[in-house]
Formats: sequence, C-alpha cells, structure tokens
Amino acid sequence: MSSAPILALENLTMRFGGIVAVNALSFTAQRQQITALIGPNGAGKTTVFNCITGFYKPTSGVIRLTHDDGAQFEMQKLKDFNISKQAKVARTFQNIRLFPGMTALENLMVAQHNALMRASGLTLIGLLGLPSWRAAEQSAIDNAVFWLKRVGLIDRADDAAGNLAYGDQRRLEIARAMCTGPALLCLDEPAAGLNARESAALSELLLSIRSDHATSILLIEHDMSVVMEISDRVVVMDYGVKIAEGTPREIRDDPKVIAAYLGTDEEEAAAVMEAEA
Amino acid sequence: MSASPPPSSPVSPDGAEPVGAAFILRKAVLSALVALGLFSLMVGVRTEAGQSGQLEYWTRFGELASLVGAVFVGSIAVELLRLWLGPRGGLGSFVPSSVQNGLSAAGRYVAPALLIFTFLVPVIFYNQRYILDLGILVLTYVMLGWGLNVVVGLAGLLDLGYVAFYAVGAYSYGLLSTTFGLSFWICLPLAGILAAFWGVLLGFPVLRLRGDYLAIVTLAFGEIIRLVLINWQDVTGGPNGISGIPRPTLFGIPLAPGEGGLAAMLGIPFSPTHRIVFLFYLILALALLTNWVTIRLRRLPIGRAWEALREDEVACRALGINITTTKLTAFATGAMFGGFAGAFFATRQGFISPESFTFQESALVLAIVVLGGMGSQLGVALAALAMIGGFELFRSLEVYRMLVFGLAMVLVMIWRPRGIVGHRAPTVFLEKSKSISSDLVKEGHG
Ligand SMILES: Nc1ncnc2c1ncn2[C@@H]1O[C@H](COP(=O)(O)OP(=O)(O)O)[C@@H](O)[C@H]1O
Ligand SMILES: [Mg+2]
Repeated sequence: MSSAPILALENLTMRFGGIVAVNALSFTAQRQQITALIGPNGAGKTTVFNCITGFYKPTSGVIRLTHDDGAQFEMQKLKDFNISKQAKVARTFQNIRLFPGMTALENLMVAQHNALMRASGLTLIGLLGLPSWRAAEQSAIDNAVFWLKRVGLIDRADDAAGNLAYGDQRRLEIARAMCTGPALLCLDEPAAGLNARESAALSELLLSIRSDHATSILLIEHDMSVVMEISDRVVVMDYGVKIAEGTPREIRDDPKVIAAYLGTDEEEAAAVMEAEA
Repeated sequence: MSASPPPSSPVSPDGAEPVGAAFILRKAVLSALVALGLFSLMVGVRTEAGQSGQLEYWTRFGELASLVGAVFVGSIAVELLRLWLGPRGGLGSFVPSSVQNGLSAAGRYVAPALLIFTFLVPVIFYNQRYILDLGILVLTYVMLGWGLNVVVGLAGLLDLGYVAFYAVGAYSYGLLSTTFGLSFWICLPLAGILAAFWGVLLGFPVLRLRGDYLAIVTLAFGEIIRLVLINWQDVTGGPNGISGIPRPTLFGIPLAPGEGGLAAMLGIPFSPTHRIVFLFYLILALALLTNWVTIRLRRLPIGRAWEALREDEVACRALGINITTTKLTAFATGAMFGGFAGAFFATRQGFISPESFTFQESALVLAIVVLGGMGSQLGVALAALAMIGGFELFRSLEVYRMLVFGLAMVLVMIWRPRGIVGHRAPTVFLEKSKSISSDLVKEGHG
C-alpha cells in the first residue's frame, strides 16, 4: 500500500473573474481516514470539491491523487468523466442530484456504467444477450442490492428516486457514489436537512464505509456533531484560505476557527472562550 | 399512478393562482385582445389590387367580431375543461384508482392486440389498396417516430432536423442502386451506416449546445442537407431528384410479372398487390427491428446512460459517464433508423426528390414523439396512427381539415400534457415494475 496521502492539494487557486474563491490552498487527506472540510458559507468548500472532481478547471495548483497501488493522477489534467472512471473519485452534491425519473435501483445501475459498458462489449455483446453479459448485469444488480440494503432503502428499490423522502434521497446519493467503487468519496454536506436520528445513522454509515470498504472520505459538513464524531482530521477554510487544520479536538478549541464562525476577530473570540471556560 | 385527493380549494393548473370566475374571465379577455390585434389586419381589413393597380380595401368587422368572440368563448371553455380535469390536467386526479388500474391493465393488452391486428391488415384488407398504402405510410412514421424517440425521448436532445437522416438514407439507396446497381438488401445497411455517420457529424458541433440552441442548429442542419440535395445537381439530380430507383426484391426474386418473378415461380397469377403486401411486411419488419433494438438498448448501459443524461447531465459526469460519446451514440442510433426508413421510402416510391424532405416532415415526426409521450414506444405508435390516420380521416372535411386537426392536438395536449402514454417504465426491477409518473421524469435540457 502506498504511503503517500490519498489526496494532496498544492497551492490550489480558483478565480472567478475578480473573486478568488480558493486562494493557494494546500492540505492532504490521509488514506482510509475521514477528512472534514469545514468553514462558514461562501468559504469556498464546494469550489474545492468542484476542482477535485473536474467540474472547474483550477486557475493554478496541483491536485494529486494516489491509489493504494501507488498509481498517481493529477486531477486538474484529467477530463471530468475520467476522474470517476480512472482516478476513482466519487462525489455527492450539496443540492441532491439523483436521476429523479429513474428508480432507486436504476440510479445505482447507472453508477456502474463503465464496468457494464465493458461487459456489454460496447453494447454489441449486450444486444445479443450473451451469457457473459447477463452474468455481469446480475453482479451489478447484486452490488446495487448490497448498497440499497446498506443504506436501508431495499424496500424502495423499485420506486422512483424523485418520490423518496429527502433523507432517503441523501442516502441513495451516497449509495450511488459507492456503486462506482471509489477510492475517495467526496460528500458535500450530507447531513444537511437530516434530523438527529438520520444524522446518527449517517455517521455510522460513513464510519463503516471508511473501515469496511477501504474508501477514504472527504467531507464538507456544517453539522458539527457529525464532524466531531467521525472525522479523523479537520481542515478549516475561510475566504478561500486554510485558517486551521488538526484533530477535531484541536479545531474545536481554536480561537481562529471560532472567530471565523462568529464573524468576529480573534481577540474577541478568545475572550468569549475564556469567559465560557 | 395514485389518485390524489381532490383539491380543497380550486387551484389553477400550474398551482400558482387560484382559479375563479374572475381569473377565467381575465384570461379570456386577454386572449380575445390578442386575437383582436392579430385578426384586425389579417381578417378585419381585406385588401386587393384594383383594376388599374390601385389599392382597394374594405372592412369585414362582422367576421372579425365572430372570430374574436370564438376565441373568447374558446378560452373560457378550455379553462373550464382544465378545471374539470383537475389540477394536474391529467386523468389521475378525478378517475378512481380502481379505474386507473383497469386502464393500465388494458394498456398491457393494447400493444399485443395492435401488433396482431397489424400483422393481419394485409389479409383483412387484401383488396383495398388504399388501406394498404395508408398502413405502409403509418408504419413508416411509426418507424421514424421510434427512431427519433431515441434522440428526443430517451436522451432528451431536441432534434428538429431529423428529416436530414431520412433524406441521407433515401439518397444513399437511390444513388447506390442507380449508379452501382447494388441491391436493396446491400444498400439498406449502407444507408443506415451513412445516416449514422451524418448523425455523428451533426453531433460534434452541437454537443455543447442545449435547449433552444440545439433545436435551431439541428433545424438548420436539416435545411442544409435539403439545399445540398437541390443544388448538387451532378450527383443528386437537383430538384428533379432521382427516378427509376429499383423496387425491392424478395432476396433477389423480383415481384414482377413474367418469367423469374415471384408469382411465376409460385405458379400463381401475378397481381400488383403482391408488391404492396411485401412492402407492408417489409416496413413492419423494419419498424419492429427498431422497436426491438430500442427496447434492448434501454436495458443496456448505453440506454440507461441516455436516460440518465436526460435526467441530469452533471450527475452523469460525476459518475464517470462520457457525455460526448453518449450524446453521439444517441444521435447516431436515431439517425441510423432514420436512414433505414429513408431507404425504404426510396424503394417504395421509386422516385425521390428534395421536396419529400422538408422541415414539415421533421415537425411531423417530432409531433408524433411528443404526442405519444416522450420515451414511450406504444405511445409513439399510437400517436403515429392517430396523426397519419387521423389526417386521412379528416380528408372529407377539406379546408377545415387542418383546423380540426390542430384543435384535436390542442385538446390532447390539455388532456395529457406529457403525451398519450405519459409514464415511464423502469428498465430493471427487483420485486415489481412500477411505472413512474410523468411529472418526475425530466424532459432533458437540450
Ligand atoms: N461558478 C462560479 N462563478 C462565480 N463565482 C462562484 C462560482 N462558484 C462559486 N463562486 C463563488 O465562490 C465563493 C465560494 O463559494 P462556495 O465554494 O460555494 O462556498 P461554500 O461551499 O464554502 O459555501 C462564493 O463567493 C461564490 O459566490
Ligand atoms: Mg457549499
């Protein structure tokens, strides 16, 4: 197994006209850990995700991904679909992006597109319905069923994704990302809009993804209870720059972080903390 | 499809504004005003050149008033109809679920019954040449509808130039058979391949376009092909077209009178109906091939990727789907079926000219797909039957034909805004295949 971190950002900068959404950001995400990326609204977190997953082309900087076997990818050079196909990075979206008119099961089948495309001999073998294709299709269905069970949606397999409750849609989106067999899973505010019970179930799901499936996780989250409970490391952003990095415990007590969230300056925040202590 | 409870307070179809007498009246007045503006010049004033070329005009306020009145009353009628049909404008809201289930059960038998009937048409109507010709025409449009359905219904790419591929197929067969003497059965796949090739060529420049832009560029492409056919005289024969295109043979056996013909070989008297029946089964086979391939493709990763593309392109990219090749394959597949249909058209007519491939054809095929319910195979077949058959049915109405026809289409779109068969059937299921209501299914964005 490679000793390099799974993901390393080096001086990532993303400019939109005059706005510098991400400014010379560097951090690493360790293999088989959960790394949380937090910060106030507008800090540039989603922009970082969009750069990692190829939706934006960074203005400058390097995003390096290293697989367990040592294979390296520079994400800023890859085409968007190759980031999932070759570099094995999967993501979810801050505003859920399922295929609403397709069933939950179909959503998970679409996620296995590249493997199935190969098995269907670029459609020819599949069109003839040869046994090798049917076996591949069955194993894709089995994989989908596994994940539907894992996120507790097996009873809704044949229902349209657009008909699922909000929390179910969030979990289905995670299941769909996992069906691509990712090395790195990027989750953009997965707990947003969930109730306490659903948040707890989400934490449990993410921990098991990390330990059982050799998948590293990069997590944007506002729900601090989730972040504190499950993340191994936390990176804090504000105005496009990294303002702190450390274990959840270190971050919780960092006056700079509190200042960023409260929108005050450091001395005031330190004073608040002392008063509270 | 579940029956929703009746709305507690009346809501307008888009759910935005409450519907009351005032709302309906306001809308009717507005429509009447628009009609007044439009018709005052078109109908209200009649102009003509007088004997010495001077302008002569007179007013027709009576006709104008009756037209505006008709629009006013019509608008109220449409609103009342919508109100009566419920907030979604669909059947779901006022038909009890037991009836709904009954309908969908009946729907399951419609397709096989229709298929069996189609097979029997040449037997039942053997002596009615008119019906057989009409059947061939309907089946040609069924095939074109199914072909375009891949692009518009499944992949959600609005293609207004589909007739271009129909033309490429027809001219491929026309030219290959008249210049090189190739037989229909060799030209048929070639016509499909050439049309698919043009589909890819068209696909490349329009890949980045969406919605209206895509529609306009594809429309232009259809017109360009037609203009090339008109102006490239040396090859295409220009406006005169190509004549003397060979009729199809039953794998080399001509369906002609005399020695070596099929009738002579079978020892039965020759009849020109033989060829019509043969053509009927030929287009039926081609259409069924289109249908079979499309149904299979939907269950393969490529077909699922098309539908996923229609639902959400961004999510597709995040799942590692190559948008470029996926769109191109949709264009190419649809174009290929259009090419097959074109080759059939050429061999049936024996003569082709650019006049057969105008924008009107693209619009007609697109109307069939939209009316049928985007993505539904049965819906497209029913829509083709209704459009082409209905068009013939109204023939006796003469000048009012278009009017009646347009009115019928408006009514259908009010009654079923997402087409005759509005729901989507899943491509794979674990326990039970539940059809997906049309308001969840996206229409694509380009
Ligand atoms: N496509 C874009 N065009 C212009 N500005 C953008 C774009 N995407 C993000 N931004 C800007 O970048 C900043 C960071 O946004 P974002 O990454 O969404 O923040 P976060 O996810 O941390 O709340 C915001 O000021 C936002 O307006
Ligand atoms: Mg965000």
